[in-house]
Amino acid sequence: MAGTPVQVTGTVLTTRRVDAYHALTVVAPAIADRFRPGHFVTLAVGGPQTSMLTRRAFAVHDVKPDYGGTVEFVFAVRGPGTAWLAERKARDALDLVGPLGRPFPLPRDPASCLLVGAEYGSAPLFALADALQQRNCRVDFVLGAASSDRVFGALRARRMGETTTLTTQDGSLGMRGSVVDVLAAVIADTRADVVYACGPMPMLRGVTAVCVEYGIPVQVSVEEAMACGIGVCMTCVVPVIDDDGTTQMVRVCTEGPVFRGERVRFDDVGTIPFDALGAPGGDRGR
Amino acid sequence: MAVDMRAYLAHVELPNPILAAAGCAGTGRELAPFADVTRLGALTTRSITMAPRAGRPTPRMAETPSGMLNAVGLQGPGVEVFLARELPWLAERGARTVVSIGGGSVAEYAALARRLADAPGVTAVEINLSCPNVEDRGRVFARDGGAAAEVVASVRAAMRYDVPVVAKLAPDVADVVAIARACVDSGADALAMINTPIGMSIDVDTMRPALAAGTGGLSGPAIRPLAVRCVWQVHAALPGVPLIGMGGVTSGRDALELVLAGACAVAVGTTLFHDPYACPRILRELEELLAERGFDRLADAVGLAHRPAHRNDLEESPL
Ligand SMILES: Cc1cc2nc3c(=O)[nH]c(=O)nc-3n(C[C@H](O)[C@H](O)[C@H](O)COP(=O)(O)O)c2cc1C
Repeated sequence: MAGTPVQVTGTVLTTRRVDAYHALTVVAPAIADRFRPGHFVTLAVGGPQTSMLTRRAFAVHDVKPDYGGTVEFVFAVRGPGTAWLAERKARDALDLVGPLGRPFPLPRDPASCLLVGAEYGSAPLFALADALQQRNCRVDFVLGAASSDRVFGALRARRMGETTTLTTQDGSLGMRGSVVDVLAAVIADTRADVVYACGPMPMLRGVTAVCVEYGIPVQVSVEEAMACGIGVCMTCVVPVIDDDGTTQMVRVCTEGPVFRGERVRFDDVGTIPFDALGAPGGDRGR
Repeated sequence: MAVDMRAYLAHVELPNPILAAAGCAGTGRELAPFADVTRLGALTTRSITMAPRAGRPTPRMAETPSGMLNAVGLQGPGVEVFLARELPWLAERGARTVVSIGGGSVAEYAALARRLADAPGVTAVEINLSCPNVEDRGRVFARDGGAAAEVVASVRAAMRYDVPVVAKLAPDVADVVAIARACVDSGADALAMINTPIGMSIDVDTMRPALAAGTGGLSGPAIRPLAVRCVWQVHAALPGVPLIGMGGVTSGRDALELVLAGACAVAVGTTLFHDPYACPRILRELEELLAERGFDRLADAVGLAHRPAHRNDLEESPL
């Protein structure tokens, strides 16, 4: 059934370095079959006797039909778990759960779509671009990072996108600055109808602010630390405004990771806003 | 040969002893794609509160060696939404549901119990005593035998007689046996242990506490020896009281360790985050281990470790 997550033991097919990042391709047909752009997978790290209990979550970069179905994801080494993953070799077994989360919603009619990614956050944008182009959407890219070796997927973006704008903080590639700095101009040039954004929280906040100013819808894929990825541990919550205007602490793994940007209270991430449903003090009257 | 795996919480029969622990199985819906919730001995809900609760700010979680710290802060929609949307889903499927409740005062626990008293599908009520008592400057009930006893008595009085009341204890107390006894004396039909002891971790890169709340509950295999010790001590002191053991169970071997210490049922918590299929696997492993050791019934293994090792042969003797 589409969307129903499964737990599988996948075999590593290939490992590769992509500039500052690592990419692993794993044979996992049951996950590849169910995949839609924006989904993520979680992995157990450290082997059978591991002392690392929380699963690591990664956005799916690509699925391919090889060997019945493969899943590729991209990561940076940030701690002992990702260091262990970076040491995996072809034919190693990995414990995967997926596909997880709410995928990117796609426009019903052809539209001009601007895809914005920062750092390895751009990884899930290419499967999205594929799906959009199959629906006759125009696709443009804005990709950025601190330095050129951390801009992920520039070549592929140039191949797929109508236009591709690159930014680096150190000016080593494309324009100097961040993706947010160039966004307004690119929106105007490409006549974007909708923006999709993946990357760190401050970047998503910046992208959302620009889109709100220009009055165009923005879908953001949020990254938040999680232990389970399946909606049971309640640790990956962010304040999000629901259809009735009420702020709720919602799980990134289950209600997200894709949200409408203007619904996420970026300035209040890491807090419980005083007006959130069930906030401390809000139930004093009982 | 099949082992009789039935477990009893007071008079309530469970088809098997493997439960999902409170706060670790969501509403049941999240676990359902991975494991049939009706095949669990029972599913324990997260602790239900009267009013909706937004919980604690993030970060709420930090991984630690063989464990994790959490400070979720009992986030949940409150008892009315629980009764309208969550409990019926479990009841319709025939899942056995242990409803965990959390409150800030004796009156709040009692009110929760009254609200649950007529709800269909409540297999048992578990009192999460690791909640701060707002009437005692936030001292948790689990650390105060008197306060714990008051809560248990008020919940027992409000619940239907045929629904067992389980008191859930914390390990980081001066005398867990004294708290256990206070709970049983005031009407608890069974005890669950252990809830998470309080720990802390500091991120040496940011040089600040890893959790927004500062401290959090430690869970996972790191706390298993604490769980074994608590179950052992309480079973030794109160051998007739059914105990639900939990704390770092990852395998059938871990579950058997708690059974041998005196637990008649075993709950799985943090392991579900790592392996959502864990409960049926642990049940199968436990059954195999019991069969290998020649047991016909799970019940015969409960508390067995308390018996002197080389006296086993004497028990058969006519003397
Ligand atoms: C994220 C998380 C949330 C929890 N929420 C609750 C809860 O709502 N009520 C409760 O009584 N215990 C709660 N617990 C404690 C567990 O039920 C269990 O007692 C403890 O984690 C030890 O078992 P474990 O090591 O198998 O996780 C929670 C534990 C975790 C890790």
